[in-house]
Amino acid sequence: MQPVDSHLFLIVGAALFSIGLAVVLLKRHVIVVLMGIELMLNGVNVNLVAFSQYDPDRLQGQMLALFVMVVAAAESAVALAIVLQVYRHFRTAQLDELNELKQ
Amino acid sequence: MIQLAFYAFAGLSLMGALAVLFTRNVLYAAFFLLLTLLGVAGLFVLASADFLAIAQIMIYVGGVLVLVIFGVMLTHKPEPPGDSNSQQPNRIVSQNRSGNGSGWILAVFVTGSLFAALFTLLARANFVLLTQPVGWQSTVNTIGKQLMTEYVVPFELAGILLLAALVGATYLASPLAKSSRNATR
Repeated sequence: MQPVDSHLFLIVGAALFSIGLAVVLLKRHVIVVLMGIELMLNGVNVNLVAFSQYDPDRLQGQMLALFVMVVAAAESAVALAIVLQVYRHFRTAQLDELNELKQ
Repeated sequence: MIQLAFYAFAGLSLMGALAVLFTRNVLYAAFFLLLTLLGVAGLFVLASADFLAIAQIMIYVGGVLVLVIFGVMLTHKPEPPGDSNSQQPNRIVSQNRSGNGSGWILAVFVTGSLFAALFTLLARANFVLLTQPVGWQSTVNTIGKQLMTEYVVPFELAGILLLAALVGATYLASPLAKSSRNATR
C-alpha cells in the first residue's frame, strides 16, 4: 500500500527548508529569525519521517526527529531568554540595530 | 482521498511558511507559523508517524509557539502614549534587511537556487527504498521500546539537556542576571 508518493514528502521538506532559510536571511526581527530556524527544523523532520516509514522495525528516522524536536524546544527557550536580555540592554529586537561593536 | 488530504496539508504548511516570509507583522507571522506546524503534523500522520504528530502538536504548538508569542509580546516597544488606539491592530513590525531591494535579491537568489538544486536532485533520484510497500501501524510501541533499549543514552541526555535549558533560560531571563551584569560593568 503506497498511499502517497514519498518523493512529494521530500519536495515539501525541501520547500520548507528553503523558505525557512529565506526567512532567516531576510528578516531583521530576532524572533522572526527564530521562526525561520523552526521552519528549517520542520523541513528536516518531514524528510526524516518520510524515509522512516519504510523502517517500521527500528524507526531510526522518527527517533532522530523526536530528538530534533527536543533540542529545538530547548534551543528556542534559551534563545528567547537571550533575546529578552538583549532587549532589556539595547531596547530593540531588530538585528541590524545591534551594531555596538561597529561603532 | 488520502492524496487529497496530503495536498491539503502540504498546501497548508507551505502557504503558512510563505506567509511567514511575506508578512511584516511579527504577531501575524507567529500565527502563520501555527498553520505551518499544524500542516506538518498532518503530514506526519500521512507518513504513518502518529506519535510524532501528537508530539509535534504538543511540543511545537503547545510549547515553542507559546514561547515565541511571549517573546513577541515582551520585546514589544510600546507605542507613544496618546497614539494608542484600541481600534488599531497590534502592529509589531519586522523590517527586512537592507530594505532597498538588494536583500530580497540576495535571499531569493540563494534560497531559489538551493530549492532548484534540491528539486532537481529529488526529481532525478531513484531511491530503491521508496519503491517498497509500507503499512499502516501504530508506532507508539516501537518508539517506546526503542527509547528504552537502543536510544536509552540519547534519551537520558535529552533529559539532562532539558534540565540545563530550563535552568539556563530561567537564569538568563531573570532580572537578577541584569543586576549582576551591571555590577561587573
